[in-house]
Amino acid sequence: MYLSDMKVGDKGIVKKIDAPENIKRRLLDIGLINGTTIECVLKSPFNDPIAYLIRGAIIAIRKNDCNKIEVETI
Amino acid sequence: MKIIALAGNPNVGKSTVFNSLTGLHQHTGNWPGKTVSNASGTFSYNKVDYKIYDLPGTYSLISHSEEEEVARDFICFDKYDLVIVVCDAVCLERNLNLVLQTLEITNKVIVCVNLMDEASKKQIKIDLDKLSNILGVPVVGTSARNKNGVNNLLEKLDSTDFNDTNIKYPNEVEEKILFLTEYIKGKVKDLNPRWVAINLINYNNSLYKKITEYIGINLLEDEIIQNQLLECQNFDLVDMLVTKAEEIAKEVVSYNDKNYKNKDLKIDKITTSKILGIPLMIAMLMVIFWLTIKGANYPSDLLFKFFNFLEIYILKFFNFLNLPSFLIELLVSGVYKVLTWVVAVMLPPMAIFFPLFTLLEDLGYLPRIAFNLDKMFKKCQACGKQALTMCMGFGCNAVGVSGARIIDSPRERLIAILTNVFVPCNGRFPTMITIITIFFVGINGSSLYSVILLTVIILLGFLLTFIVSYILSKTILKGVPSSFTLELPPYRRPQICKVIIRSIFDRTLFVLGRAAVVAIPAGLIIWLLANLTINDISLLNHIATFLNPFGKLIGMDGVILIAFILGFPANEIVIPIMLMAYMATGNLVEYESLESLKNILITNGWTIKTAICVLVFSLCHYPCSTTCLTIKKETGSIKWTLLAIVLPTLIGILLCFLISHISNFI
Repeated sequence: MYLSDMKVGDKGIVKKIDAPENIKRRLLDIGLINGTTIECVLKSPFNDPIAYLIRGAIIAIRKNDCNKIEVETI
Repeated sequence: MKIIALAGNPNVGKSTVFNSLTGLHQHTGNWPGKTVSNASGTFSYNKVDYKIYDLPGTYSLISHSEEEEVARDFICFDKYDLVIVVCDAVCLERNLNLVLQTLEITNKVIVCVNLMDEASKKQIKIDLDKLSNILGVPVVGTSARNKNGVNNLLEKLDSTDFNDTNIKYPNEVEEKILFLTEYIKGKVKDLNPRWVAINLINYNNSLYKKITEYIGINLLEDEIIQNQLLECQNFDLVDMLVTKAEEIAKEVVSYNDKNYKNKDLKIDKITTSKILGIPLMIAMLMVIFWLTIKGANYPSDLLFKFFNFLEIYILKFFNFLNLPSFLIELLVSGVYKVLTWVVAVMLPPMAIFFPLFTLLEDLGYLPRIAFNLDKMFKKCQACGKQALTMCMGFGCNAVGVSGARIIDSPRERLIAILTNVFVPCNGRFPTMITIITIFFVGINGSSLYSVILLTVIILLGFLLTFIVSYILSKTILKGVPSSFTLELPPYRRPQICKVIIRSIFDRTLFVLGRAAVVAIPAGLIIWLLANLTINDISLLNHIATFLNPFGKLIGMDGVILIAFILGFPANEIVIPIMLMAYMATGNLVEYESLESLKNILITNGWTIKTAICVLVFSLCHYPCSTTCLTIKKETGSIKWTLLAIVLPTLIGILLCFLISHISNFI
């Protein structure tokens, strides 16, 4: 499943990031790489962006970027 | 003197550490050739003098924005004796990434784990000694807000306890790095060869260009290097570094309360909720406006009285000097009057608005606004952080324009700059409220009602912002929305005293200074126009008569137009100039009461239609001179500045034209 399919409270491990280089680097900056544990914690009023708990910080990511990140829920 | 660079992620309290080290010995300016501001300071400890540079917050040394580039270039290419990397104890793991990247460049690093108090409140424990052992450099824990640990940090400054990094990549990678390091040694000037080798393997275009520029040769043209790199294509060094940070964090951080995030999340569930999120945001802004408008009246009056009182003595002084009466009139009724007028009406609302706004900023609420509204901006191919620059625009458009630096993508940043004027600033509020009160609410009507009507105008401004952003990104600023990662930092109790000082100095006085610079020549021109006469009619009224047909065409009149034109230095003086022209006096006029103002306006042909057109034109016309100067400075381009002037003005004229003509049919 993709990051954007996660419901608030779901936890998962990142399996694949299929994004252009610049987006990949942005995600990398916040510590989001393959194998990262991630938890969906908040949805904004219009459901986009969505906020995730990543390595101890809450980070909002836009839906169309979330669609490029595959996760396996745990 | 020893040079220190202070680096760190955004929101880790880097500036607090900086302030507690330097106190008031600070200097702010811009980095050479950049729009990024540069804060540096000096202090001495143990008879050694230090100069410290507060670098812009950055997540990594791979830059995305101009600010991050400044930080990266400093750490990578500048001369310094020491880097202090400030980390957030609450999310150390992510912060370690920057530490590890910095360690690849130099081992002269002190790691300052800040916000220890917050971490301990959340029952997060960090083994600083162990961290120091693993990294091979000194590690200090601080809570800079309460000055805790700052002394320990000072004590470490002359430390010699820097070991070569123990942070190693997997063996196969390390082998390649070692080979390349040996091979390029001597070719890279004083850069760290290991770091250059790592960057050859982990190729990044912009950084590589900088390295080539610095050392003067293109290493990638070397065949031996090319061959080596062919075998390194599968290495993902950055991923490895992130994983390394994760491993280290696992060893040194322990969480005794797994649910430490819950308290913040509970607040966020409300501030970003579907039902309450946006109403709460609007309510908060309305409270700030109300406090600003209500609170500014009294100090404004006091300032007026004070300046009038002073005027008597200035007149006496000039008379004593025996200056010609023409010159005295020009200086006092022209320059002095306009300058003090601008100060009296601008200073109090800004001195109230900016501290309140900075308070919200300090609390950590602002990123939630961007989070709530991002989708609307995404639809216009713009950035959610534009919402924050718009909020700043309420205080002053110039501040909003320079605030657009927080937006990474240059395209989205330009959109934010060009549309900021559609957010009515403090300077336009008084004009708008006066007109709303006179023509729509009634002089004895409730002030709540006027705030509601004002909010309607503000919403119209938002609508225009979205439409114009959309059109811009479909035409001259084409592009897809860039990716957007926005950190929602934990809520923090604001430091009220610091907030007040910071907002007064950084924003209020800054804006006031720029406004004063323009108010002086403007005062001169306004006075000359109002006092030079041809056939007993002032130049001002001649111009007004000339502009009248066009003014009538768009629902206003010539006097209103000339008032807006001469109001270029500060929108606050638009109504006083109108009165000056209507009453054919030679000075700016303060109206006695709303009642008398209403009479003057109505005798001069104002109707509800005129009032609506003035409100709309007040919302959309060229930015004030201070903002124009700022746009020029931020974009570095006359072309964009001109567009920022022409675009809203044309829209304003068009809207007013439509309003005045459609209303004729009704």
